[in-house]
Amino acid sequence: MNPVLNAGAAPIATSFFFYFLAGAAILSGLLVITRRNAVHSALALIVTLLSVSGLYLMLYAPFVAGVQIIVYAGGIMVLFLFVIMLVNIERVSKERQFNRIWPVGLLASCALLAVFLAAFTKGKDLFHDRPITLPEDSNTQQVATMLYGEVVKTIQNPKGQYMIGQYTFAFEIASLLLLVAILGAVIMTKKKI
Amino acid sequence: MLRGSMNALMSYLDPRVTVTPGQAGNELWALIYVFVIFAGVAVIVLCMNWIERKALAHFQIRLGPMRVGPHGLLQPIADAFKLMLKEDIVPDEADEVVFRFAPVIGLLAAFTVYIVIPFGPTQAVTDMNIGILFMLGVSSLGVLGIVTAGWASNSHYPLIGALRSSAQMVSYEVAMGMAVLSAILMTSMNAAGTGTLSMIGIVQAQQLQGIWFIFKFFPLGFIAFAIFAIAMVAETNRAPFDLPEAESELTAGFHTEYSGLRWSLFMLGEYAAMLAVSSIAVTLWLGGWMRPFPNLLQGPAWEFIFSLFPGLTFGALAAITFISAARMPSHAFFRIQRAGMAIFAALIGLLALLLLVIAVAGRANDASIAARFREGIDYVYWFMLKVAVFMYMFIWYRATWPRYRFDQLMKVGWKVMLPISLGVLILTAIVGVLLP
Repeated sequence: MNPVLNAGAAPIATSFFFYFLAGAAILSGLLVITRRNAVHSALALIVTLLSVSGLYLMLYAPFVAGVQIIVYAGGIMVLFLFVIMLVNIERVSKERQFNRIWPVGLLASCALLAVFLAAFTKGKDLFHDRPITLPEDSNTQQVATMLYGEVVKTIQNPKGQYMIGQYTFAFEIASLLLLVAILGAVIMTKKKI
Repeated sequence: MLRGSMNALMSYLDPRVTVTPGQAGNELWALIYVFVIFAGVAVIVLCMNWIERKALAHFQIRLGPMRVGPHGLLQPIADAFKLMLKEDIVPDEADEVVFRFAPVIGLLAAFTVYIVIPFGPTQAVTDMNIGILFMLGVSSLGVLGIVTAGWASNSHYPLIGALRSSAQMVSYEVAMGMAVLSAILMTSMNAAGTGTLSMIGIVQAQQLQGIWFIFKFFPLGFIAFAIFAIAMVAETNRAPFDLPEAESELTAGFHTEYSGLRWSLFMLGEYAAMLAVSSIAVTLWLGGWMRPFPNLLQGPAWEFIFSLFPGLTFGALAAITFISAARMPSHAFFRIQRAGMAIFAALIGLLALLLLVIAVAGRANDASIAARFREGIDYVYWFMLKVAVFMYMFIWYRATWPRYRFDQLMKVGWKVMLPISLGVLILTAIVGVLLP
């Protein structure tokens, strides 16, 4: 490459941005679960989602970052706000919190922490070194293959069929989580269904 | 340190550079572009404020602002000062933190999208390979500002306005997305066959295929464009879709409780969002930075003629200003105003002269810095001219059409626009597969 064109080129994705985004995500995540006012929680959740999408950008996954903003921050959170605003905030904030499953939550978050710690300490053994693909070369097809697996053509089935991908289960679990969140919002609005 | 930044400054002016500063990793030039864009948008918003009031007044056979400065030219500046000095009232029962932060959300969402708007092949802060996706996503965050403002005011009218706006923006986003999708499909219909989401890539695809997407697969491109043109008015809450601030029903809608600087932030955000959606329309369907007929009227002679356009436009503006200075009443009261108008005309004339000089100087040597400047001015000029047409249309709509009723608005959004845009999307795909 031409040295003139490259002059002053430096990686923008520095560790400062990582710590900034990660800190923002954690801080706003804490706000989501500690605020009594549901609207404040929702706004904090939007900040969390935006900082996570920034982290995706740093991982050279611009498409996932864009979809995160469009689907979660722009679409779903607006609908959530729309619903929450119809709730009588005064009454809800004085009510006792109705979930008593914090031990389960603690267990789940400890397990997640263990996974992260394992990935952090033994990452080199778990993940193979692969050549870094530039953002221009990454494409949506790779993401789809990761999620749903490849189309495998056989003699019995010449049109091909989807093999279940490595991450399909995790993807479906995430969708289920979203469904639970929606149900929670509905229950908060309407006590008698 | 200083030398390093000088190097970074000069290296980007090299004529061999063909990427945006963001892609070249040149932070200094990216920062310069950001400042230029921010200042440019602020100036355009001031001008739009004046033009809108004048144009609306003339539509209704009134004079509009005439008192502050000649023909009210200083009115927006006077208004800006008034808004800055006004008391910033926060209602007692309002949610103070959210109330104070709401206008900033809208403003941030409106201004963030400007980093991918392609004013030219290198005249953008950066180019992402998810460009249009990023623009749609971030501009959809603008609704959060309106919703939180309406809720935090803790008052009936703002809350109704906020709920209206969230329902309206979410429903029109669907039709908008379908229309955008059909334009993105068109980018993949060339010999190479690779589609793109990048804003610069979309304009380059039109350049490559030799046709603006508004004319491609006529009338499919045109219908998709029309759907987008309608949906973008609804997205920016402008008349005839300005139900969130319908003053005859909701006093001022979501910003009823706002005053002073915070209110003006809403206005700034609204105009910035109007500019942003207009630039999406220009980029996707009207060929972005391309001048008219780049294929038919080729050659250095035509290049030169078209590069005179920016200078001639500003020359015409200067001439109009001179004429109106000369036509002022000859009463002593108007002496200062007449002098001010003449100085203003002279300044515009100087700018026109400068643009003409650059156009002539850039013609001689293709590799010179003057040629690079001339190219850049051409690109930005044609882009902004197309955007200006849209901005005038926004005023025209407001003067012409009465406001929709809310149920009519929803009916149009879901029962008319969405089916049509879905049909256009499917037909575009079919035609694109069958035709070439």
